[in-house]
Amino acid sequence: MVQQLIMDQNLSKTKPYRKIAVVLSVIAMGLGQLYNRQYVKGIILLAFHAIGLYTFIFRLPHAVWGLVTLGETKTQLKKVGRLYQQILGDHSVYLMIQGLITVCAAFVLIYIYTMSIKDAYQVGKRRERGEQPHNFLQTARFIATYRFPYLILAIPLVGVFFFTIMPIIFMILLAFTNYTSNNMPPAHLLDWVGFDVFKDIFTIKQWSHTFYGVLLWTFIWAILATVTGFFGGFAIALLVQQKGIRFKKVWRTLLIMPYAIPMFVSMLILQNMFNGHFGPLNQYLGLIGIDSIPWLSDPTWAKVTLVLANFWVSFPASMLLIIGILSTIPTDMYEAADIDGATAFQKTRLITFPSVMYSMAPLLVMSFVGNINNFTIVYLLTNGNPVNGDYQFAGDTDLLITWLYKLSFEQGQYNFASVIGIFIFIILSGFAIWNVRRTKAFKEDLQ
Amino acid sequence: MNQKTTVWLSVSYILLILIVVFSVYPAIWVVMSSFRTGDSLYSDSLLPTTFTLEHYKTLFTKYQFDLWYMNTLKIAVSSMILGTILTLLTGYAFSMFRFYGRKSLMNTLLVLGLFPGFMSMIAIFILLNQMNLLNTHTAVVITYASGAPMGFLFCKSFFDTIPKSLTEAAHIDGAGHNTIFFRIVMPLSTPLIVLLALGSFAGAFTDFIFAKLVLKTPEKKTLAVGLFDMINGQQATSFTTFAAGSVLIALPITVLFILLQRFLVEGMTVGAEKG
Repeated sequence: MVQQLIMDQNLSKTKPYRKIAVVLSVIAMGLGQLYNRQYVKGIILLAFHAIGLYTFIFRLPHAVWGLVTLGETKTQLKKVGRLYQQILGDHSVYLMIQGLITVCAAFVLIYIYTMSIKDAYQVGKRRERGEQPHNFLQTARFIATYRFPYLILAIPLVGVFFFTIMPIIFMILLAFTNYTSNNMPPAHLLDWVGFDVFKDIFTIKQWSHTFYGVLLWTFIWAILATVTGFFGGFAIALLVQQKGIRFKKVWRTLLIMPYAIPMFVSMLILQNMFNGHFGPLNQYLGLIGIDSIPWLSDPTWAKVTLVLANFWVSFPASMLLIIGILSTIPTDMYEAADIDGATAFQKTRLITFPSVMYSMAPLLVMSFVGNINNFTIVYLLTNGNPVNGDYQFAGDTDLLITWLYKLSFEQGQYNFASVIGIFIFIILSGFAIWNVRRTKAFKEDLQ
Repeated sequence: MNQKTTVWLSVSYILLILIVVFSVYPAIWVVMSSFRTGDSLYSDSLLPTTFTLEHYKTLFTKYQFDLWYMNTLKIAVSSMILGTILTLLTGYAFSMFRFYGRKSLMNTLLVLGLFPGFMSMIAIFILLNQMNLLNTHTAVVITYASGAPMGFLFCKSFFDTIPKSLTEAAHIDGAGHNTIFFRIVMPLSTPLIVLLALGSFAGAFTDFIFAKLVLKTPEKKTLAVGLFDMINGQQATSFTTFAAGSVLIALPITVLFILLQRFLVEGMTVGAEKG
């Protein structure tokens, strides 16, 4: 009892560590930690404070200016003495990227700042309770044990930040500028144009015509490609797995050939097989007396060719998957059906099909999404051709994604390409979020 | 009844043979073309009348095929190792731990993975330019590897199937994070690692769009870029040499896939599981 009283008195007598530590940390990162006798941590944070001061005083104003104005001085010829010299002006694109990085760094620094104040408060509180603050080794061990997930996520996330997030933000910003090959930095300055590019796509006849046309074909393509691949694979799986078929493994190995060959190689090969003049396909058709077919040069045939080629590469994967699922269907279901006198067709329709669909539905949606973005097949097989005269920089078989590629890398219409990219993203994210939320990996987290 | 089954089986065999011809024909055609004399696409028969290895030699004399092969292996192996490690770390963190911000991080990564890669290519190009990494293999490896963690969901759902009781028991016995990861989780994840490694290897081995954008000089080229230029470039004249190149490029990957079939199905079904 007496001891308790003494302790209480001691507690009330102790200094207000919390308050002092917080005030010091607000003044400068690390001071609170130094006051709390956490010297290594304090010095590290002080270094961050120095970086922060430098960033906010010398870098941030220029970064914000760059982002807002995208540069003010044009590259021009100036008279220096007697000679004209080219004076390099502001490079809008670099200003934009450097601005983005600096602004992001500023946010990170602000976050560290608030965390250091919070930390100073927590440690101060512990000292008021009479505990020893952790030394640096203890802190490091604490982080390695209890903050482990953040530690191992840090490396991948830095990569994702620089090579995915930054570029995406940059591209979204581009959609609101006048960045085209006619207006390239450093010779010209970029300007913000608001939603003008979005408006142009819908109001300028040629752009909107192309956009709707390509969008429609993208959807038709994705549906056809997914459906043919899935049902083709399904039928072939049933064929191979039938009772009485021998050498199942050999058949399977032969059938996955199209899937095993790297796709860019097989597409380049197919491009030659479908060659209208010298390709073997037309040659064989000629042998049996059929006129050669314009596989790649006629708009309709080119579309048929694409679907056919896609079927060729995509059926093995769904066949393999479906064979896997077939082996999990309990055999007593079929035995019961036999007793009831069901025909083979009925068994397939009422037992096999629902079981396969149950497992395959989410994969089907994913492959639909994948087909909307199926760049490789279209780019290598037809390159979007034949060219459609009514379209703006697009051909009859162009998907949104290949059109985007042509717009940016062949035509230099970077701002229009960015707008198309944003549309693709909006279309896809709806599907994918819905699908991902249904998967087991995600549902488990809700429990 | 019995006769009916026999008829149906014969029909099935005929169908199977037709489908197999359909699936393997392009491969056979290219292999045969690569041994044919001359360099035209057109030939009278599938089987060449005279065999020649000339085109395979041309690959190494006229084109720098051996150099391209080494470049590609270098890029593919480095990005396989880096990419697999990064993906494993991401999937592991999301599967095994519950931490603040986990859900929103996962959502963000999933949504980011949806952006078409070409959209950000211009920006990556400019970034690499600023870092003085254009026309280097490092640039390609970094870009492939840092894109890999976006495919973490598959990896996470695999780790989710490992019973929690196993890791918890180890934890109670005093095992640290490293011990649990290397001694318990890794040995159980062989199919996953094989699949991830194979996927990122094949991805880096066969990507040509990004490589074409970054690698400009001939001595830096990868196989994919080289092969693409061989058939679509200005001086694309010899189809048979292209065929020989296709065979040499496709052979290792195809054999690898066929050998690892078992893992392939296992891996795909894990990803396909749903509740």
